[in-house]
Amino acid sequence: MTALAAPPTAPEAGRPPQDPPPGGRGRRRGRKGGAGRTMKGGWLSYLILGFALLISAFPFYWTIVTASRSNADMAKVPPSLLPGPNLIRNFEQVLEEADIGKALLNSLIVSSSITIGTVLCCTLAGFAFAKLKFKGRGALLTLTIGTMMIPPQLGVIPLFMLIAKLEWVNQLQAVILPGLVSAFGVFFMRQYLVQSLPDELIEAARVDGASTARIFWSIVIPIARPGMAVLGMLTFMTAWNDFFWPIIALSSQEPTVQVALRQLGGGYVNDQSVIMAGTLLGTLPVLLVFGLLGRQIVGGIMQGAVKG
Amino acid sequence: MSLTATAKAGPPSPAGTGPGPDDGRAATLRRTWRKASPYAYIAPFFTLFLAFGLFPLLYTAFVSLYRVELQTSGEMEWRGIANYTALFTDEYFWISLRNTFTIGVLSTVPQLAMALGLAHLLNYKLRGRTFIRTAILLPYATSVAAATLVFAQLFGRDFGLINYAIGLVGLDPVDWQTGTVASQIAVSSIVVWRWTGYNALIYLAGMQSIPHELYEAAEMDGASRWRQFIHVTLPGLRPTIIFTVIISTIGATQLFGEPLLFEGSISGGISHQYQTLGLYMYEQGWGFFHLGRAAAIAWVMFVLIVVLVGANALIARRRARKEAGR
Repeated sequence: MTALAAPPTAPEAGRPPQDPPPGGRGRRRGRKGGAGRTMKGGWLSYLILGFALLISAFPFYWTIVTASRSNADMAKVPPSLLPGPNLIRNFEQVLEEADIGKALLNSLIVSSSITIGTVLCCTLAGFAFAKLKFKGRGALLTLTIGTMMIPPQLGVIPLFMLIAKLEWVNQLQAVILPGLVSAFGVFFMRQYLVQSLPDELIEAARVDGASTARIFWSIVIPIARPGMAVLGMLTFMTAWNDFFWPIIALSSQEPTVQVALRQLGGGYVNDQSVIMAGTLLGTLPVLLVFGLLGRQIVGGIMQGAVKG
Repeated sequence: MSLTATAKAGPPSPAGTGPGPDDGRAATLRRTWRKASPYAYIAPFFTLFLAFGLFPLLYTAFVSLYRVELQTSGEMEWRGIANYTALFTDEYFWISLRNTFTIGVLSTVPQLAMALGLAHLLNYKLRGRTFIRTAILLPYATSVAAATLVFAQLFGRDFGLINYAIGLVGLDPVDWQTGTVASQIAVSSIVVWRWTGYNALIYLAGMQSIPHELYEAAEMDGASRWRQFIHVTLPGLRPTIIFTVIISTIGATQLFGEPLLFEGSISGGISHQYQTLGLYMYEQGWGFFHLGRAAAIAWVMFVLIVVLVGANALIARRRARKEAGR
């Protein structure tokens, strides 16, 4: 249930994540001088970027600071700017009071199922749209891409009525099944395969008598793997962070982390440092993914885009 | 996958078993399957897409014409356009519509302007380029819920760090929760924080696809850095800029998590001062149980998006034509 879209730079989607070094645009160091262009950023660029990085990172640091202090510390003037000794105790308290453990497990189940399902469904469909000829291909693809611009809110009420009828409210499949639908994923895999899978390879395999299923398994999958990995990471992050649909479909009995965070913030727990400890626990897994795969995620964003 | 594999094993005489009376039939079967098999590949996606994507989308229009209550969502009572007329006479609808607009402008404009500037800097040859790009995208990795809880803490009236910091400069503390403008700025800042880095990377990708020769030519003509940015970078980036404007507009129209969690109330503050349409819809549907009314709000949001995106596209096209005529 996320709006996903790709920018007009998408035709380059087949490019490997590592972008080429930036072209020779840049500021000359100092004032007007020689004709040669150094293309390097001056100290001012570093200063502004450094400031931007500080603003990007500060809320994370602040989460750690507040999550490791006591509620009394947070009402102090001047505020303490360094981490305190209470991190473990606050963690224990969230686990106990808000059952964040269960929420984390649920989020893991939901996000992994959505990731595996989306990547499989979208690779299959993306392959068909990229390389197989069939009636209605153009129309179906247009339909799929067209829905990327429509906000998820528009479908949420009938979707809720549907899962209410199926008696799925408060059950994880209510979040997982709609999550497997990703028009962006199909578009992304199609672009990837159009670029990186040569037609000759498929034709050669056909001449050798391979069935389409065989071709998919032994040729398409290996070639599509980098694209599948990027789509998988982006899908996992989006699914983990999804807020709107889970708080409608799930409740306090079977929450994902985001639903649990909402309960924390909604007065469920009245201790600011415990709330921040919960926030930290809910953010850590995705930060971990980001820390390990940040380069690839940046590459993925720059070749196609995801907005959750 | 298993579906196609088993189906493939179906034909009685697989290819390459030599001549036989079955051969013609097997070949026909194979041909039929080859024609049909693409549908098997799109089937898993389209089954889900129809059930959970397309059907609800269309059905919302239908629901918006009925009285449907959350507890008895199976019973529907025809109301015609009454849901819409009730909406237009509700003062909170107009407040949330106005808030959606002001918060949208407050979050989208600085976000995209800053992203453009950052992308321009990131396009220089820099030490630790990859690190900077990754770090600038870090906010994108957080959830709405986590980001909002942290910002709500930072914007606290009595003990918030932001009020402490402006106190150091000698200004009076701001009541970020109850003031209309102040609370809207606070909510917008969460959006700006989360999405600026993301948009900067989109712009950077766009900048890197502008041919280098254009800059060389501009420099030969004696264009300054600033004029190069205005006359080469911006026009080259136009499709990307239009894309981000449209995406941000859609995002702003749907804004929901930030105002919900900023204080934890579904009315968007005591006097609805930062309630958005998305939150208003949630309040009607899951706060007051009026699903039919909520569906009407969803349709209003959709029409709003179509109008805004259409207006953007129109302005963009007119500008492009004007420039081409110059």
